[in-house]
Amino acid sequence: MRLTVERGAFLKSLNHVQSVVERRNTIPILSNVLIDAQKDRLSLMATDLDIEIVESLEAEISRPGATTVSAHRLYDVVRKLPEGSQAQLDANGAEGHLRLNAGRSKFQLTCLPREDFPAMTAGNLPHHFGIDAADLRRLIDKTRFAISTEETRYYLNGVYLHAFKGKDQALLRAVATDGHRLARFEIPLPEGAAEMPGVIVPRKAVQELRKLLDDATGPIEVAVSDTKIRFAFGSVILTSKLIDGTFPDYQRVIPSGNDKILDVNASDLAEAVDRVATISAEKTRAVKLNLERDRLTLSVVNPEAGSANEELPVDYGAEPLEIGFNARYLLDILQQLDGSEAKFLLADAGSPTVVRDAGEGADLSTLYVLMPMRV
Amino acid sequence: MSGFCRDCLAPASPGARRCAACGSPRLLFHEEMDALAIAHLDCDAFYASVEKRDDPALAHRPVIIGGGRRGVVSTACYVARTYGVRSAMPMFKALKACPDAVVIKPNMAKYRDVSRAIRTRMQALTPLVETLSLDEAFLDLSGTDRLHGQCPARVLARLAKEIERDIGITVSIGLSYNKFLAKVASDLRKPRGFAVIGRKEARDFLRERPISTIFGVGKVTGGKLSARGYQTLGQLQDADDKTLLRDLGPSGPHMAALARGQDARRVTPHAPAKSVSAETTFEYDLAKHAELEPVLWRLCERVSARAKLAGIGGQIVTLKLKDRQFHTETRRHTSERPTQLAGEIFKVAHALLVSRAEGMPYRLIGVGISGLSPADACDQPDLLDKDEGRAARAERAIDKLRERFGDAIIAKGRSFKQT
Repeated sequence: MRLTVERGAFLKSLNHVQSVVERRNTIPILSNVLIDAQKDRLSLMATDLDIEIVESLEAEISRPGATTVSAHRLYDVVRKLPEGSQAQLDANGAEGHLRLNAGRSKFQLTCLPREDFPAMTAGNLPHHFGIDAADLRRLIDKTRFAISTEETRYYLNGVYLHAFKGKDQALLRAVATDGHRLARFEIPLPEGAAEMPGVIVPRKAVQELRKLLDDATGPIEVAVSDTKIRFAFGSVILTSKLIDGTFPDYQRVIPSGNDKILDVNASDLAEAVDRVATISAEKTRAVKLNLERDRLTLSVVNPEAGSANEELPVDYGAEPLEIGFNARYLLDILQQLDGSEAKFLLADAGSPTVVRDAGEGADLSTLYVLMPMRV
Repeated sequence: MSGFCRDCLAPASPGARRCAACGSPRLLFHEEMDALAIAHLDCDAFYASVEKRDDPALAHRPVIIGGGRRGVVSTACYVARTYGVRSAMPMFKALKACPDAVVIKPNMAKYRDVSRAIRTRMQALTPLVETLSLDEAFLDLSGTDRLHGQCPARVLARLAKEIERDIGITVSIGLSYNKFLAKVASDLRKPRGFAVIGRKEARDFLRERPISTIFGVGKVTGGKLSARGYQTLGQLQDADDKTLLRDLGPSGPHMAALARGQDARRVTPHAPAKSVSAETTFEYDLAKHAELEPVLWRLCERVSARAKLAGIGGQIVTLKLKDRQFHTETRRHTSERPTQLAGEIFKVAHALLVSRAEGMPYRLIGVGISGLSPADACDQPDLLDKDEGRAARAERAIDKLRERFGDAIIAKGRSFKQT
């Protein structure tokens, strides 16, 4: 294999693929990136056996071939090359080295044979649909904060993506929950997605995908089977295994009869919660909401640190209510709202509370459920 | 050189063999006596002493406190010790050495009461009492001379005397200028001992002592140390920090400081607990999960009861198993939410248990929680909990029943052996 590639493009692509490689690997080949030069395309591939990212870029290829080298090391080397330089890569299978020359710098990187590199057999991905990059970004951004890290509930360690028949129209829904809070976001169902199975996309795949989406525009092709999902856009393809489990019946935990309604300025509330929570105990982060007619009092009492109080004018007409929440979870949700207002639908101090985006600029496709705390 | 009689507390003149006032030979002399204030109080054969106190017929018989045929000796009285019985010795070995021994199952509730009575007396002397277990504690009596009208040594001698008179068990006291030496001293003249180690003699005194004198250096660390040529504290004293760091790692300089008689640790009352755990050794090795489960459940209940009492819960559940070869393995799981409920602890511990292949015979099982949080951070309601907290409410109802009518009033089916 012999090729010349422009440093900037090479670095960008390497950056995309190397991030899937775990820092600590017991299997050496998984630390490596596969460099495959065919015709006039150079393709880079990295995997952790659950996720595989492939990216192709233009290069001047004088002798086709393939090899694998340490992904993080190659990335660091290329990152430190002078801007605008050209990197020449040269490997002949016999040597066990990849020579990388750029200007006056010369590197010899240890290789492992390409035959050892595990390829993910994607199998047949029968369901195809296209989704706009901006929509996919929002599906992720609005829900991923609620993904559980609890290993015993592995089926919550991802975003549940599924087709849903809404009242007026068919929807594509993303749902994540950790038992403390639940986040749901929906968009009109893209064509071709109606028959897709409900799938749980693991957290790491969600994070990697989100990184790749940073500079993506236009439609993204999604292909799904029962066990895998693939996102293809531009020159990048991300394939991930799905979580093999059943996502709980989340509809059951979304209350529909909550009739105490609180309307409050979202950023005022977020700031106030953040302020009073400074006093709260590290482990509990409990903040108490005391609701009276058109008045909300936030309070925190921590025997070790002291107490805090803040009053906010709100729109509330139901009977008085005292309810506790974890300040961090409350803030997570408030930060996701696009509108100027937050609408809380409450029942009582022990029942799930619904939070909706409201006011100017509100995105009504979001819905959050927050479990109160005993305080 | 100042001195006094430990029986009547009358001053004694140096060189005297018996107290001029009461004729007792228990005289105590030390040059630095008036200047030392850190003490370690250790009850003599505590559990056995309590049992002997309550049954005078046992007074001159060998008594072993411990559980069952397969258990280990938790305490051997001084009579039993003359036969070579030691604590932590497997019971069958102890009975081989001393077939006439009276074996008594521990009555922890009683020992706790006695321990509390002793602690109350210590706390009357200084707020700085750090209890290490039911039967030992550190006391810092610095600055109490004016309050008590006498030096700490005398205060302690009187304490020992009163514990013996009023509570009916004997204690040994070590007095020095830091915790390490106080603990070493309390062990010197057991039982009914009182030993003093002063600043002047500390280093020389420690020189010839084995490295196992340092608390926490047992077989394993001791083996490592002697493999590197450290057998006595003197060898640690002589080594420089660089060598120690190289040979023994970060704990090397710390151990050497102790060996030189330097210990900056303070006596801290109620150091908060870091974990709550319970374990049990079986009568016969158990291999089947179905046999282990009821035992595990009862342990979880015990841990849970103690956690609830202390108002804490834990995020990490640890399962401990010891096999026939006395090899101990522990497995732990960290959950997102801390718990103090027996049901939740059991769920995790049971999952850890069944993740082990069935069929390996174990002699001991234990369970514990750590990563502790206050009770109000524990067991917060969960959106996805299908039974909506019913299990938790049931457990709390059981707790209430037990509080009123005793532990035996109600039990879960899973605490019984399956037949």
